[in-house]
Amino acid sequence: MAAGFTLRRPATLPDPSATVRAVYAALPLFTARLASAAVVVVGVTFLVFLLLHLVPGDPVEVMLGEYATAGDRAALREALGLDRPLAAQWFAFVEGLLRGDLGTSLASGRPVIALLAESLRMTALLALAGLGVAVGLGLPLGVLAALARGRAWDAATSALAVLGMSIPNFVLGPLLMLVFAVLLGWFPIGGADGARALVLPALTLGISLAAIIARMSRAAMIDVLGEPYVLAARARGLEERRVVLVHALRNAALPIVTTLGLQLGALLGGAVITETVFGWPGLGLLVVESIHRRDYPVVQACVLVIALAYVLVNTLTDLLCAWLDPRIGGAR
Amino acid sequence: MSGGTRGALLVVTLWGLAALAAPWLEAEANRIALERILAPPSWSAPMGRDDLGRPLLARVLVGARLSLGVTLVVVALAAAVGTLIGVLAGWYGGLLDLLVVRVIDVFLAFPGILLAIALAGILGPGIDNLVIALSVVGWVGFARLARAQTLSLRTRDHVQVAQALGTPLPRLLRLHVLPLLSGPLVVEATFALAAVIVAEAGLSFLGLGVQPPTPSWGALIRDGTRYLLIAPHVVLMPGLALLSLVVAINLLGDRLRDHLGGRPR
Repeated sequence: MAAGFTLRRPATLPDPSATVRAVYAALPLFTARLASAAVVVVGVTFLVFLLLHLVPGDPVEVMLGEYATAGDRAALREALGLDRPLAAQWFAFVEGLLRGDLGTSLASGRPVIALLAESLRMTALLALAGLGVAVGLGLPLGVLAALARGRAWDAATSALAVLGMSIPNFVLGPLLMLVFAVLLGWFPIGGADGARALVLPALTLGISLAAIIARMSRAAMIDVLGEPYVLAARARGLEERRVVLVHALRNAALPIVTTLGLQLGALLGGAVITETVFGWPGLGLLVVESIHRRDYPVVQACVLVIALAYVLVNTLTDLLCAWLDPRIGGAR
Repeated sequence: MSGGTRGALLVVTLWGLAALAAPWLEAEANRIALERILAPPSWSAPMGRDDLGRPLLARVLVGARLSLGVTLVVVALAAAVGTLIGVLAGWYGGLLDLLVVRVIDVFLAFPGILLAIALAGILGPGIDNLVIALSVVGWVGFARLARAQTLSLRTRDHVQVAQALGTPLPRLLRLHVLPLLSGPLVVEATFALAAVIVAEAGLSFLGLGVQPPTPSWGALIRDGTRYLLIAPHVVLMPGLALLSLVVAINLLGDRLRDHLGGRPR
C-alpha cells in the first residue's frame, strides 16, 4: 500500500488520445472488478434469502403468532413460497428482486419497496452528513497532526483519535444528547424535523470515522512529506501551504479514499444504531422495528439494500482508485 | 513500557478481576430499593441507582462478566474457525481457495453489525444465539488474514524444506506455519476483542442480546437512555465503563501491532 501513493499526477491535463488509451488499458481491471462484484451480489442475495430459513421452528408460526387460523398460515406459507423446494424458492426470490418486488410487509400489508423508499432516502441523508463530518473533521486534524509530528498537538490528536474510534454510537449519542439537547438546548433530542435534527445524529455517526480518517491521513501525509518531490518543491521556494495542499495532500489522497470506501460499511452499520438512538426514520430504525415486529420480509429487504449499496460504493471506490493511480490497473 | 500502556493493562486487568468477582455481587446487583429510585451517586452507591433502586456499580461489575465472557468465547471461536479456514485455503489454493475467497467477499459485503443484528434478531434472544450471531460475523477477519499470510509463508525456504522432508501436513502447519502467523493473529484478536465488546453491547442495547434481569452493559445503557432527562448517571456510568475497557484494549492493540506487525489501520 505504501507504494501506492508516491506517483505524481501530471501538472497539465493529459491529451485526449492519452485518456482514450488509458481507458482501454484499464478495461480488463474494470471488467474483472465488475465480474467479481456480480458474484458477490449473487452471494449476498442468497445469504439474505437464507435468513428467513434461520428462524427457529416454523417461520410462519413465528411471524403470525399462535392465534392465527390455519387458513392464514397456509396463505402466508404459499405467499412466501415456503411449500416449494429451496432452490425454487431462491429463484422466485431473485426473480422478484429483478422485477423490483421485495415482498409484502406482514405488519402493514404494504409492498416492502414502498416502505423502503422513504427510509432509504433518510439513511442516505444521514450517511452523507456523517461522511461530511468524518472528512471535515478527520482530514484537517490528520494533516495538522502530520505537520506537527512528535509535538503536543500530534499527541493530542492521536489520543483523541483512539477515543473517537473506541466510543460506541450508543454511548456517544446519549452523551451528545445530554450536553447539546438537554443541557444547552441547541438541538432537538431526536426525530427528523428540520436540518437541526440532523446535526447530533450526523456527529454521532461521523466521529468514529473521523478518528480513523485522522489516523490514516496523518500516516499518509507523513509518508508523502518524506518524498523527494516534496523536498524539491520546497527547494524551489514554493509556499509551504502550497507544498502541503497541492503537492503532498494530492498524493496522500489515494489511501484516504480507499479507507473511506472500506469504512463506509461500518458507517452504514453504525447508522442502524444511531437511528435507533435518535429515532431517525431510516433503514436502520426500520430493521430494528421490523425485527421486534417479526416482520421478516422487511428485515430481509433492508439488509439486502444496505449490503448492495455497500458493494456498489466499494466497487466505485476501487475504480476511482484505479483512475487516481493508473499503476493499479496495470496501465503502465 | 510507556505510561499509557501500563494504564491500559491496569484497566483491562481490573475489569477482568471484576468479571471474576461478579458471582459474589449478583445478589447485590438485583437488590431492589424502591425508596431510592434513580438516586445519584453517593457513598452507599458510588455509581448511583437505577430505576428500581438497584446499585449501578454492582450491576456494571456483574455486566462485565457477561460482556467479557461472551466476547472471549466469540473471539476464541471466530479465531479458531477463521484461522483454520484461512490456512487451509491459503495452503491448498485452487478451487478451495477460490470458494473461500468468494464466501469471504460475500460476508464482507455486509456491514458486520448489520448482519449480527439480523442474525440475532431472527434467531431470537439468548446468550447462545448472541454468540452464534457474533461468531458468524467474526470469523471472516481471521480467515482473510490467515489466508493472506499462509499464501506468502508457503513459499518460504523452511516450509519447503519441511515439505521436502515429508513432514505430515498437520505437523508442518503447526510447527512451521502457525508460529509465524501468530503475531498478526494476536493483533487481530486484540482488535476483535474491542469490536466484539462493542457489538455485543450494541445488540443488547437494541434489545436483541441478553434478556432482563441479567445486567449487560448494552442493556444498562438502553434502560438508562429513558431517564436521560432526569437521571443522566444511569446511562453515563455503564457508558463510561464500556468506553474505558474498549479504549484500553484498542491502545494495547496499537502497541502490540507496533511490536508484532499486522493489519494497517
